[in-house]
Amino acid sequence: MNFIDNPGKLRGFEKNIKVEKVSRRSILKGLGITGGFVLAAPVMTRQAFAYETGAGKMPHGIVVDPRVFVAVAADGTVTILAHRSEMGTGVRTSLPLIVAEEMEADWSKVKVQQAHGDEVKFGNQDTDGSRSTRHYLIPMRQIGASARTMLEQAAAKRWKVPATEVKAVNHAVVHSGSGRKLGFGELAADAAKESVPSIEGLKLKDPKDFRYLGKGQVSIVDLHDITTGKAQYGADVRLPGMKYAVIARPPVTGGKLVKFEPEAALKVPGVEKVMQVRGWPWPSKFQPLGGVAVIARNTGAAIKGRDALKLTWDDGANGKYDSVAYRKELQEAARKPGLVVRQEGDADAALKTADKVIVGEYYLPHLAHVSMEPPVAVADVKGDKAEIWAPVQSPGGTREDVAKTLGIPEGNVTVNVTLLGGGFGRKSKCDFALEAALLSKELGAPVKVQWTREDDVRHDFLHTVSVERIEAGLDKSGKVIAWRHRSVAPTIASTFAAGANHAAPFELGMGLVDMPFEIANISCENPEAAAFTRIGWFRSVSNIPRAFAVQSMVGEIAAATGRDQKETLLALIGSPRIVKPAVKDLWNYGEPYDSYPIDTARLRKVVELVAEKGEWGRQVAKGHGLGIAVHRSFVSYIATIVEVAVDDKGKLTVPRVDTAIDCGTYVNPERIASQMEGAAIMGLSVAKYGEISFKDGKVEQKNFDDFQVIRMDESPTVTNVYIVPPGPDTPPSGVGEPGVPPFAPALMNAIFAATGKRIRNLPLGKQLEA
Amino acid sequence: MIKVKINGQEQSWDGDPDLPLLWFLRDEAGLTGTKFGCGQALCGACTVIVDKEAVRSCITSINDVAGREITTIEGLHPNGDHPVQKAWRQVNVPQCGFCQAGQIMQAAALLMENPKPSHDQIREAMAGNICRCGCYQRIENAVHLASTGV
Repeated sequence: MNFIDNPGKLRGFEKNIKVEKVSRRSILKGLGITGGFVLAAPVMTRQAFAYETGAGKMPHGIVVDPRVFVAVAADGTVTILAHRSEMGTGVRTSLPLIVAEEMEADWSKVKVQQAHGDEVKFGNQDTDGSRSTRHYLIPMRQIGASARTMLEQAAAKRWKVPATEVKAVNHAVVHSGSGRKLGFGELAADAAKESVPSIEGLKLKDPKDFRYLGKGQVSIVDLHDITTGKAQYGADVRLPGMKYAVIARPPVTGGKLVKFEPEAALKVPGVEKVMQVRGWPWPSKFQPLGGVAVIARNTGAAIKGRDALKLTWDDGANGKYDSVAYRKELQEAARKPGLVVRQEGDADAALKTADKVIVGEYYLPHLAHVSMEPPVAVADVKGDKAEIWAPVQSPGGTREDVAKTLGIPEGNVTVNVTLLGGGFGRKSKCDFALEAALLSKELGAPVKVQWTREDDVRHDFLHTVSVERIEAGLDKSGKVIAWRHRSVAPTIASTFAAGANHAAPFELGMGLVDMPFEIANISCENPEAAAFTRIGWFRSVSNIPRAFAVQSMVGEIAAATGRDQKETLLALIGSPRIVKPAVKDLWNYGEPYDSYPIDTARLRKVVELVAEKGEWGRQVAKGHGLGIAVHRSFVSYIATIVEVAVDDKGKLTVPRVDTAIDCGTYVNPERIASQMEGAAIMGLSVAKYGEISFKDGKVEQKNFDDFQVIRMDESPTVTNVYIVPPGPDTPPSGVGEPGVPPFAPALMNAIFAATGKRIRNLPLGKQLEA
Repeated sequence: MIKVKINGQEQSWDGDPDLPLLWFLRDEAGLTGTKFGCGQALCGACTVIVDKEAVRSCITSINDVAGREITTIEGLHPNGDHPVQKAWRQVNVPQCGFCQAGQIMQAAALLMENPKPSHDQIREAMAGNICRCGCYQRIENAVHLASTGV
């Protein structure tokens, strides 16, 4: 047994993550406002706001300092740093918008500048776990309020009036008595000399005075550049003298190069060099797989050169990995008792005495991320200094890993974060940046390493493969009295530590042990599963298979008892209450349970909202069906209704999707809607097509022809999104990921309603055509 | 020596005539607005307009377009105000944005051929362009908006 104890983030988990109070001294060289006052602890206090988050427990915690994040120029331009990575959620706009709101800056005079990777200076920069808004709403407000206060103090001094008589309003400070007014630009130099106010003393704006937050009228800052081709992604970085590289990697995870014959490749016009790339034994976190690089004057020549390489590999121990056989192993494991990870009552006994037992065994294969921008990075290594340009979700982690890989101090590594052409968890792993760093060092020149789509599909850190087996025991009245859920899947921890074969707490907490139903006898178990390839985070992570299983089972119970799906679901959720699962050290997305408990009132609410707005129970045409599912993940609550149509030949279409989300206090409802719309598409891709399979240790798929994703002609005709208005002080919660998990079960419940066929094995593929 | 006209400017190439147009544009001409997504004409991220037709530049060799006129996202409109681009911004289409140059070029080509496409025609014409973020509903709305006047 190999349990991973660290409940937080696996980054840096090969050593002990030290959560430290960061030295403020190192941040004095700020963006423009410089001064001698050093802020004390960045930890947020109860006085400042009504809830706590897990932000302080992330590596390097949070930094609340206007001098780090905000600069005001004499012409009034306000520059705000975005320290999180933009991969499509809108975070590069949303976080600076919070600062602008609170400091009374006029958004049209704000410039957003991307921060490089430096967590001592900026605090944690991992853009993952649907955490950015929930961890940074209050710190960004505090940063904005600090900057506003400094500007107000400067104006009060200039006018020699008490600070209580002045107020920042829309990019200027006004004096209430005299009506005098000074623009932010006019106050910039003086404000920089003001001391930074203490967090405790800050006065945050009354939400009723918000101009931007919660309104959804501000477009993303990169919108114009994206529509004109000017936006800079990782692949778009060009440096003088830069070489272009592609790499042939071992076809089997952990395989090794035996020999390579470069002659034919070197004859390809434009190819300049063929060289070996260092690889690390598996597992080794995000270290490169190694292989052979072809260096050329352009990417096209490098790809053509690689095609001409003659390579001999030793596949190693994983050469036997076979998805057909492995699936049987998982099924067998799920049919036997496993490590008990939650126990309430006596599920064994209750299942034995139950009037009826419904058994569902649900399979989800490996999934690849296939972000539209395949992994790519540019590196320029000169002596003991390295500069990286890359689309990474984890610039701080990238900096650490580049330093370690090259054996140079972290302070000598600069990581420039470009826009990410999609991330979905793939770009939390910086292997591609490490490859570029190694090659640049060897070449003595800047180099771009471009992954082809085939590289991306074959060498991903895949979503795990799983069997979820649920047994539900019903009494004579149809009430569920027993619930046993066995979840078996290789763990992400296996990418960090050899032999990790049980789910880590953060995986258990994603839809297994946090199951919210009001049932007297519950047993959640986690049998062992070994990994034979690199497993990693994929948007929504373990919530996808767990929600698929749990919410499909709800549909199965409804069918078995002849009851309505929604009523069955609400009956299982039970009374409005705070769920307290009998789980030691329950992992709650890294958040304190007091701020973010499992609240069944909120869970019920999204079900009722989507049912009302989505017209649950409406008459649908012949061959159509409605399905519903709800899931709490990333401390948000999402319910989805899917309408399907299945024709005589088994062809599936999706005429309508309705989704309700309760993500607490929110910043930009327009981007929340876009995330939910996209989640429906990704959910449909997972359900209909998602499958990476292995034979002889090698991935069988290669590109969008055999690893298909949903295209426009098969996308839902309409997706409607409803956002639950937050209560006062409801903490913000995740948006980027939680939309995906409820989709597949809602779809399968709808397919059952339309056809009477229960789909338990993903992907759907041609199962309806049989 | 192969000569092509890109966004109104003459360019020449004396290297490998089989070089895909995509890599000529991105790596040799520095026009990085056109994106690499799959290399096999499966995703549409590399779509450019050759004469009046949408073409996947990843499987089109530079030799195939010798003497032809190529328009990339950078050359679609001098100020970025082509009706499709304007519609894209009004509808707030993009999430990550990486596929959007290809989507916009495909949509622009569609509207040249069919100024008032129906719901089904839009969905069919745009089906070769993948958006992994899943912006399809907005893409469809934006094409519709561009066709009816922005």
